[in-house]
Amino acid sequence: MTALAGTMPGMRRPSVLLVGGVVLGLIVLACLVGTVWTPFEPTAFSVRARLQAPGPLHPFGTDEFGRDVLSRVLAGGYLSLATGAGAMAISLVLGVPLGLLAAFHRGWTDEAIMRGVDLLISLPPVLLGLLVLAVTPPSLWKTIAVVGLVYVPILVRLTRAVALGLLQEEFVQAARARGEGALPILWHEVLPNAWPPIIVECGLRVTFAILLGSALSFLGLGPQPPASEWGLMIAGGRDFLTQAPWICLAPGLCLCVLLVSVNLVGEGLRERLDPHHGGGHG
Amino acid sequence: MGAFLLQRLAGVVGVVLGMSVVIFGVVHLLPGNVAYSILGEFATPAAIATLEAKLGLNDPLPVQYWHWLSGMLRGDFGDSIVMSRPAAALIGEALGRSALLAGPALALVAVGGVALGLHAATHKGRASDTVLTLAQFVLIAVPEFFWAIVAVLVFASALHWLPATGYAPMDEAGPLGWASHLVLPILVLSLGLLAHISRLTRSSLLEVLASRYVLAARARGLPERRVLWRHAVPNALMPAITVLAIDAGLLIGGIVVVETVFAFPGLGRMLVFAIEHHDLPLLQAGMMVVTTVYAGANLVADVMYAVLNPRIRVAA
Repeated sequence: MTALAGTMPGMRRPSVLLVGGVVLGLIVLACLVGTVWTPFEPTAFSVRARLQAPGPLHPFGTDEFGRDVLSRVLAGGYLSLATGAGAMAISLVLGVPLGLLAAFHRGWTDEAIMRGVDLLISLPPVLLGLLVLAVTPPSLWKTIAVVGLVYVPILVRLTRAVALGLLQEEFVQAARARGEGALPILWHEVLPNAWPPIIVECGLRVTFAILLGSALSFLGLGPQPPASEWGLMIAGGRDFLTQAPWICLAPGLCLCVLLVSVNLVGEGLRERLDPHHGGGHG
Repeated sequence: MGAFLLQRLAGVVGVVLGMSVVIFGVVHLLPGNVAYSILGEFATPAAIATLEAKLGLNDPLPVQYWHWLSGMLRGDFGDSIVMSRPAAALIGEALGRSALLAGPALALVAVGGVALGLHAATHKGRASDTVLTLAQFVLIAVPEFFWAIVAVLVFASALHWLPATGYAPMDEAGPLGWASHLVLPILVLSLGLLAHISRLTRSSLLEVLASRYVLAARARGLPERRVLWRHAVPNALMPAITVLAIDAGLLIGGIVVVETVFAFPGLGRMLVFAIEHHDLPLLQAGMMVVTTVYAGANLVADVMYAVLNPRIRVAA
């Protein structure tokens, strides 16, 4: 999906990566700190502090149990980050080797892999999540696995297309002539040259991975309470939307800032590594 | 063209059949006893055995699969366990209500997205283009459930213009009440895709405008309006049309979330309901219907693309 294929008018090119990187870095830092230290105990109930509006003591207010929303946002942020990073890792680990194999062996290996990919891609992403998480009790690692699985077909197709081109190159022909086997050729000759488009694709996909993960959490198919995954927090705060909108808005705005910054980094990477806007796939 | 259609149709049938195996397999092979998950933790072994017999869970898996598949071909999608009604009827009603959201949303995305994209491309670098680009950048990255909450806060809680959630049948609430329940879900459903399509149309038109045949048309002294509308725009719309169909898949994902947020009784909400209540027959049937609709949307996209692009039509 080449959603933002053009350049950003009114913005100088290098600043996209820089701005996104700095904001993302700050968020990651805050979330890492949140795993070890938060202003208040993120799961501590306090009857007297229920539904307090944002103020000096609680900058993001408190929720229906009197829990400090800022502390909960900080403590739960790593879950969204883990979903994005973990899902991308899974789709890389599965998708890239399958794509390389399909390109190298062609024939029925190629056919089998690509038909499997067609099948997987014919299920709308959220449904794949619903299907798996419906039957087994939801948990973080299952959300990550499902989201990772959703993006495997895209990486298989991309890797295969890139590798097919590279396998025609002379340096690969030379390696074949030297009598090198499939694995050394793919690992030493093809893969190092295939990385740039793969990294660009991943950079752009991470946004959607985090989005999908938070949507699954929002539907109750991710980490379970009292975890403070941001999508889950938003789902929980809906009952108090008119009374205490900050319960939803605080994690929601954090999620938005995270996603926009990840998107900026993805776009920035694309401009750095793929100046021709290689699009067309996806 | 006939051969192309036939080939694509066979592909759709293959995909739907394959998905039926996947859906059935996931539901029946993943750890977790079906009867146990329906009856809950206080179920006696006798109750589990009775329910298993009732659901035909003691048959070998291929036999169960065949019963399920052949039943669906006859229009029998099994019974919802929680609601004790045929799943086909429940899904039919829910699908109709989902279409009330998906149809207008797709139309809005197609017309609005293309119009905004064309505007941005023809006003490249001006203030309106910059504003649109930044808006698209935010719209595309922000989840539907967040927009839904913002929309409810603004239009329902603060302004009291529209109802926050739910669905009102036309014969009870009248046309206005009926329509007022649809506005917010349709808007929220459209936002992300609107950004996507307008972005794509913009870059596609810019690319075409930089091409040699547009240069040639301008060099022949054709008026700019004619160059734009007769030469550039028709070609620039091709990618948008293909992506629009791919977006139908995103729309299905969005619909699950949007219907849940707005408590709208469509197919997406029904799937989540089926999961929450471990209503596996309803879930399986609902998934099959959604997959089929999605495969159908992809087929329509392929056919539209072939109709518009003679190179594919001839090659096939």
